[in-house]
Amino acid sequence: MTGRRQRAEQAMVPDAEFTSYYGRPVVKKPVWKWDIAAYFFTGGLMAGSSLLAAGADLTGNRRLRRAGRLSAAASLGASTFFLIHDLGRPGRFANMLRVLKPTSPMSVGSWILAGYGPAAGFAAASEVSGRAARLGRAAGFVAGAMAPPIASYTAVLAADTAVPAWHDAYRQLPFLFVGSAAAASGGLAMVLVPPGDAAPVRRLALFGAAADLAAAASMERSIGLSAEPYREGTAGTLSRWARRLTAAGALGATMSRRSRPVAVASGLALLGGSMCTRFAVFHAGLQSAADPKYTVIPQRRRIDAGRPIQAG
Amino acid sequence: MKAFPDSSVFDPLDPATESGHLDAPPRVGFFTDTSLCIGCKACEVACNEWNEVPGGDRRLLGSSYDNTGALGANAWRHVVFIEQRVTTEGPSEPVEPAFPSLSGTDGGGGGIDFRWLMSSDVCKHCTHAACLDVCPTGSLFRTKFGTVVVQDDICNGCGYCIPACPYGVIDQREGDGRAWKCTLCYDRLEADLEPACAKACPTDSIQFGELDDLRARAAARVEHLHDAGIGQALLYGEDPEDGVGGSAAFFLLLDRPEVYGLPPDPVVTTRDLPAMWRRAGAAAATMAVGTVIAFLGHRR
Repeated sequence: MTGRRQRAEQAMVPDAEFTSYYGRPVVKKPVWKWDIAAYFFTGGLMAGSSLLAAGADLTGNRRLRRAGRLSAAASLGASTFFLIHDLGRPGRFANMLRVLKPTSPMSVGSWILAGYGPAAGFAAASEVSGRAARLGRAAGFVAGAMAPPIASYTAVLAADTAVPAWHDAYRQLPFLFVGSAAAASGGLAMVLVPPGDAAPVRRLALFGAAADLAAAASMERSIGLSAEPYREGTAGTLSRWARRLTAAGALGATMSRRSRPVAVASGLALLGGSMCTRFAVFHAGLQSAADPKYTVIPQRRRIDAGRPIQAG
Repeated sequence: MKAFPDSSVFDPLDPATESGHLDAPPRVGFFTDTSLCIGCKACEVACNEWNEVPGGDRRLLGSSYDNTGALGANAWRHVVFIEQRVTTEGPSEPVEPAFPSLSGTDGGGGGIDFRWLMSSDVCKHCTHAACLDVCPTGSLFRTKFGTVVVQDDICNGCGYCIPACPYGVIDQREGDGRAWKCTLCYDRLEADLEPACAKACPTDSIQFGELDDLRARAAARVEHLHDAGIGQALLYGEDPEDGVGGSAAFFLLLDRPEVYGLPPDPVVTTRDLPAMWRRAGAAAATMAVGTVIAFLGHRR
């Protein structure tokens, strides 16, 4: 995006007068550490990888099936570590399955993971050991079927908060996250699988990159003041790199049909772009919670316009 | 129509009954009348003592006589302290503390040119409580008194309640890892005692009671203040139709809520959760279709 376009968009959201309690935040910044941003990335990676493995299984693409199952298992391991490590009381992680609450995206996500994890793990174990191939195949399909919800629920996890940059983006974030997941998993498979076996991988990566970039652009246009944190500070830098790397990786993917080095470089760019997207969203949330203007201004405008939110 | 059968997402209701307390006692809460607050912080001390809240290190913030700063894991009551210049056009934004002059700045004598606003903030115990809705372990629960309490033997420190609260009330305790906040003195309520902060408040700025009584009392008080010429007096959080379905702890304020660090139009985030799940479902379907298309025509 050009500087000129950015200025024009900033001008649409003029700095409004607002009052706060000595500039102190209204809502609390998430206490989630970078583990959660990393999980957004690895969770997307495992979801896309399981989809690729299931598709490869159905189309008889053994190299891709192997890469997908192993990538899914590796990112499942990383995801599990990040999720438990982030807890204030890691020893109590099993309490996540104490109840099932539809009002809590984290509860719903925990149960989806509890179904997905063993399936993806079994498929990978079967792949490595060469045993229980039919059960491994079934497990791979179960993991593939659960993969799209795994890729999209994390967007609801972030949006279902009072954090302005996350909540206000609830319409776009799921599409940004599934796009980022498809681009990342496509990127990893482009690194691992020879170009001759990677035609569906390239198509999935292109689809993912397009969805990611389109959702990001839609967010920029439609979430008002809450788009500002995505342009500024750490989140702004990460957003710009996310766009550059994702676009470069997608372009590279279209030219990687015959060249392994081009495929590897494009795949790495897509992985980097996805990681930047996730960390950009994470930091935009932190930034929007830290500055009271993102909370106060939209709410004050609703009241001054005589349209406060009402129950019922 | 309710979005989720077993949880209050966005209808006016009695939260205790809705949560399964069939013979729930009347809902209780706080009416904090800030026009009576003298900023003594006895509520903070009484709360910390009774509930064994560590209190943390209190530093001079340098912005006002407030040295607690914000509600959090170690501050379940927080006395905000605002200094404003008052001109003929009304009160200013909060200003840095100074030695106030009782004579006008123009040297003409006459007229107080500043005012102090003090208010003891606390957990609102919302009718639609976002912290409770998003808690994945069931650690946060609704008591029969209609209050919202963390069960510290269940909380695993996932931290989800913290950014979910539209008021920034609940927080994680450092070195402990779990989330903590006001319980409205759950143990004292069980013993028919009023909460420690209300008990300690020397001016009755913090009033504890049944919510219906408190609302009637607050309406009378704000009318009285308006008649006395204090037209800025307003009630905050008492409206059962607001974005959190009304809160059990509500306030009489003398300026706009944001001056006190309160969100002017808070909304429980789970109000939009059904729409969020629909978007996530559409995105998941898009990803599935995208994958199918990526593999079409590639059977070898």
